Amino acid sequence: MIPDNLKYNESHEWAKQEDDIVIIGISDYAQSEIQDIVYVELPEVGTELTQKTEFGVIESVKAAFDLYAPVSGEVIEVNESLLDAPEQVNESPYDDGWFLKIRMTDPSELDALLDADSYQAHIEAEHA
Amino acid sequence: MKKTPLYQVHKTLNAKFTEFGGWEMPIQYTSIVKEHLAVRTTVGLFDLSHMGEFEIRGRGANELVQKLSTNNVGRLTDGRVLYTLFCNEAGGIVDDLLIYRYTDNHYMLVVNAANIEKDLAWVQSHNDTDAEIKDQSDETVLIALQGPKSIDILNPFVPELDVSEISFFRFIVGEVAGIPTVISRTGYTGEIGFELYVQANSGEDLWNALYPAVIEAEGQPIGLGARDTLRLEAGLRLYGVDMNADTTPFEVGLSQFVKSKNRQFIGKKALLTQKKKGIAKKTVGFQMLDRAVARCGYAIYQNGNLIGEVTSGAPSPSLKCNIGFAIVTSQTITEDDKIEIEIRDRMHPAKIVTVPFI
Repeated sequence: MIPDNLKYNESHEWAKQEDDIVIIGISDYAQSEIQDIVYVELPEVGTELTQKTEFGVIESVKAAFDLYAPVSGEVIEVNESLLDAPEQVNESPYDDGWFLKIRMTDPSELDALLDADSYQAHIEAEHA
Repeated sequence: MKKTPLYQVHKTLNAKFTEFGGWEMPIQYTSIVKEHLAVRTTVGLFDLSHMGEFEIRGRGANELVQKLSTNNVGRLTDGRVLYTLFCNEAGGIVDDLLIYRYTDNHYMLVVNAANIEKDLAWVQSHNDTDAEIKDQSDETVLIALQGPKSIDILNPFVPELDVSEISFFRFIVGEVAGIPTVISRTGYTGEIGFELYVQANSGEDLWNALYPAVIEAEGQPIGLGARDTLRLEAGLRLYGVDMNADTTPFEVGLSQFVKSKNRQFIGKKALLTQKKKGIAKKTVGFQMLDRAVARCGYAIYQNGNLIGEVTSGAPSPSLKCNIGFAIVTSQTITEDDKIEIEIRDRMHPAKIVTVPFI
């Protein structure tokens, strides 16, 4: 399940553009690989993120996984419901399981991300 | 990486694999939480063929295993199993293992996968008896059946007796589904269960015989991920994280497996000296008071002072909170004491709890 309207990091985060705002989450493939998500650590509103650098951590039963920002910008909203219900990332990675809303500093950064087809190919290569 | 004889079976079941002690092992088939809860509520089937098995035979067998073990092998009668440690001369733990006594001149040792070569060399180098030591690890498949339904599932395959008559830490040599099997009432989960040892070439037949009954009972195949959370909840230590050659049995809470009265064993002198001088470290259980997960190696503080580190830590699927073991330098620390664990540069609250956790 790889929605066409999103852009993807090679590290499996997705970005959904809405004007100069971008919503961030992880892909269905990533959540199914990670499984059993029990904790999500996210930055506070106002934090400045830099593209391709770490901004948070997901903990599953077995391990911790770093999250990398798909674009640079300021965090304007955090999905606080994940604090009490991190399993939403497993259950609904593209909707209820979103992480952050970011106000982009440079929308052209989106061009460096993978589209749905390239991301599909990337997963297949990683899995082979 | 080494593969067990059941590797293709796991592939067919769509397992995800991980490297563990030099072996490519299934870490999970569906979800660690689901597998964990299956073992707690129904039953789980494990391939543990990465574990090592040594046969020790001969008139010197008893003397050899006694000399190596911190626990008293002399307590064993035929058909009994003993949990014990091997220590080095300094009292550091070489491995933790099970010793099966067939007779007083025939034992089987079951050792950790990552330690097979080290342990074999250790046993061989200390053998000054006529005992013959044979590494049977590659010729043995070990399948565990664990969970409250394990007796009911196993019974139809063992016509010769009711397996509930095999008491905890006892074994029989019999047949399961017509396959010659060592049926052992042991496990690493805290549940009722069995560990079944068969010849490697019968491993797949045994798995295939039990698997449909496990699924029928709403059980699951279980990977190493759930094996780790199950053993942690049950308060069972894991060699290589909770203990190693730099820790003694006293420091990791295994003093009840050191029996030094009227017997000699390697490491005894150092252990007695440590006991006399006072033991500086101890292992405690903790529970996180927020949702953060403390993992192996994270620093532990009490009242701002660094007192130790996490050795094992994970979410507990049964308790729905995060738990772990820590080795600390405080002797006074006790149940309900508050500690703080440093996780990614931030302090998170936790408290000391009794072990086992469940």
